[in-house]
This record gives sequence, C-alpha cells and structure tokens, in this order.
Amino acid sequence: MKRLLLTLSTVVPLLASAQQLTVSAAASLTDAFKEIGPRFEAGRPGATLRFNFAASGVLLQQIAQGAPVDVFVSADQDTMNRGVNQKLIAADTRRDFAGNALVLIAPAGSHIKTVRDLATPEVKHVAVGKPASVPVGHYTLQALEKAQLWTPLQPKLVFADNVRQVLDYVARGEVEAGFVYRTDAEIAKDKVRIAMTVGGLPPVTYPAAVVADSRQAALARDFVGYLSGAEAQAILARYGFGKP
Amino acid sequence: MPTDLWSQFDAAPLALTLRVAIVATVLALLLGIALGWVFARTRLPGRNLLEAICMLPLVLPPTVLGYGILLLMGRRSALGGWLREHFDYTVIFHWHGAVIASTLVALPLVLKGASSAFAQVDRNLEAASRTLRQSRWSSFVRVTLPLAWPGILASTLLAFARAMGEFGASLMVAGSIPGQTQTASMAIYDAVQAGRDDLALMLALVVSAVSVAILVLSNRYLQRPTP
Repeated sequence: MKRLLLTLSTVVPLLASAQQLTVSAAASLTDAFKEIGPRFEAGRPGATLRFNFAASGVLLQQIAQGAPVDVFVSADQDTMNRGVNQKLIAADTRRDFAGNALVLIAPAGSHIKTVRDLATPEVKHVAVGKPASVPVGHYTLQALEKAQLWTPLQPKLVFADNVRQVLDYVARGEVEAGFVYRTDAEIAKDKVRIAMTVGGLPPVTYPAAVVADSRQAALARDFVGYLSGAEAQAILARYGFGKP
Repeated sequence: MPTDLWSQFDAAPLALTLRVAIVATVLALLLGIALGWVFARTRLPGRNLLEAICMLPLVLPPTVLGYGILLLMGRRSALGGWLREHFDYTVIFHWHGAVIASTLVALPLVLKGASSAFAQVDRNLEAASRTLRQSRWSSFVRVTLPLAWPGILASTLLAFARAMGEFGASLMVAGSIPGQTQTASMAIYDAVQAGRDDLALMLALVVSAVSVAILVLSNRYLQRPTP
C-alpha cells in the first residue's frame, strides 16, 4: 500500500506538469512527422507529442465526436474548411505548410503508363481512397471525372480507408494500379513505380490548425508555427513534400 | 427526415450480408458436423491439436485471420497465384473472400456444439440400430444426427449470427466495394467515417434487430426439456 502511494505520488505530479500535445495528422504525413516529432520535443523540455494518423476526413470526424485533439493537420483544404464551418477549428491559426502531387502508381514491372490504360481489360482493380473521407480519394475522383473515367471505371474501383492502404494494395500486387501522393510512392520505391503525375488539378496543399477545444492552445500554436520553420521544412523536403 | 432517409436506403449491403452469412453457415455446418463427429467419436491421433487449430478463429484477432488469408490466397502466394493463372480466379476483392473469412469464424461455434451434441447421444441407440442391420452411415443419418440435431441447430444459429457480424478479416480480404463486397458491417463503418451518422444508425438498428431475432431463436433450441 505504502509503495502504491509512493508510486502514485511520483507519477501524478508528472502527469499534471507534462504538456502532452495530441496531433491528428493525415496518413501521408506519417513518416515525416515521426521524424519531426522528436525534434520538436527536443527544443521544448516537458512537452510530449502524441500522433494520431488516419485519413483527414476520419480525423475530423473524431474531433467532431469530441476526441481530445490539439492540432489537426489535413491533406486537403476541403476537410479543413468543413472543420472551420463546424466551428471545430480555430480558423485564425490555420496555416498551409506543405504541398504534394497526385500520382498514378502500379506494381514494379507493370506497363501502365497513363490514366487511359486503366480502361483496358488487363486492369481488373484500381485502388482509390474513399472520396467521402479520404482526401486522396477526393482528388482522384476529380481527376478521373475530368478524364471522364470515373463512371466507366466504377466496377474496378476498390476503396481504401486511407492513402497508405492504397499504397499497400498496389505494393502487394493485389490491384493493378492506384492513386496516391508522390511522397507515398517514394517510400515504397522498390515495390511500386510512378506511372504518371496527374496534372490539371487544384494543388494538393496541407493546412494545419489548432483545434478549438484544445487545452494546450499555446503549445499547439507553437507546433503549427514550427511546421513552417526551417527545421521542419528541411525534413518535409527530404520526404519529397513541396512548398504549399 | 425519416422518409428522406428511407428513400436513399441501400439494401445491397444487407442482402450481401445475408448471402455471405448463409453460404458461410452452410459450409461451416457441413465441416462442423464432420469434424465434430471425428472429435467426439474417434481416437484420431493429434485430434486435440487439430481441434485447437479449428477453434483458433474464435480467439485470434480478426486482423491475424485476414492477414493469414492474404498470405495463403493473395496474388503473390503459391495457391492464389496458381488459381489466378489457371482459372483467372481470386478471392481477393471478391465476395468469396468474405465467405472464407466468415466460414472460419463460424466453424468453431458449430464444431463445439456438434461435438458436444454427438457426445451426449446414447450409444446404445446406435448399437440397437446396428443390430437392426442398418449400415454405419444409415445409423448416423437416421439415429445419431436426429438425436444431436437440436444442439447442432442452436450452435448453427449462433454461428450464423457470428458470420453476419464478421468485419475485420473480410475487410482485409474482400475490401469494401459498394454493391460487390460491402457488407452491412462495412457499410456502417464507411457511414461513420464519412460522418453519415443517420445512415450508420439505421443500418445498425436493422442489423441489431436481425441478430436479436436469431439469438432468441437460438435460445429456444438451447433450452433443454426438463425431466
């Protein structure tokens, strides 16, 4: 009993004084943020970052349902706009810090070159993000609609929960092609190849903002600002992210 | 609002759920009766280990089951590659994939129910039927099976309910393709993710109602007549 109290007395103050920041970030940022996290913490003693990676739409849904999140980082402007409109996000803290590009990928060794090839009978399945909740899926929908392929390709489409699942489907060879961001294709270079970069779309930009209900608003602001700083930008650039 | 919601209600996920669950339950029933009899009545070497392996899907995380099916039947696997090359057939992103996953999770329930039901059948009755010149198969079909049937049926209903609720492994193997592999549980998951709480709630209520009906039915068969 004495030991339990002793343990509690040492742990409880620690919990109270530690500044824990929960960052909900788009799945495509997983690798870059895992590297940015320790660097941010290193400059701020007592601060710990906790990352929650998923599709932006799913993350916003969690925030809407009351998840204790401090910073929201989306892979598109639409999802962030929805957050602002629902008053879940402190709009004045919003800041674009990175850019990306939509690419068509195929398993290494595939001969697919353009979006048009997806209509050929050799292509049985094409992986895309769910357009309603996954930004890369929404970008894909726009691109395929523009090419007038969204409707004809319907029977071939396999919907994934986030961009990394699309990447996994292609890397395992379970689908003949898929749409991801350039940075995702880069981390699986040995298994997938970029068939083409999809142009003519609104640019892929990443906004970050403080969540309205954040209890660590000051530290959350600090993190949003840090993402645009030189240190974070260098890491993002190394993973292939562009300027917003 | 309710009328509005009903008009956009899509019955396809529910229909597919029933189709997958029915096929999976029939497969689990056939396998379960055969294996249940083996485990209850024979001294097959290694049957304890075999039984433990058959029961695994009951306790394994669905992700392990889904990953296992992908490893065995995926395009890059030996079996999956062979099926694809010779028959242009794959269970990946096909509703048959959901059937395999559901059969595996339903099997332990049927198996356990069948083997205990077989164990409770009075062997003197079987012996009597054999003295009346019935073949072993005939005594099984006309004496053993009918006596064990209430127990098997109750566990089969439970297995059906379990197959209807399969989610994790099916999602990994068959994906969530609307109209093709999207079952009710996946449609609910998608609706929640997309913030369509009204649609999710409605589907959840329908699935819950069907499940309650099955469980009530199952309980009725499980109740043994008091002597």
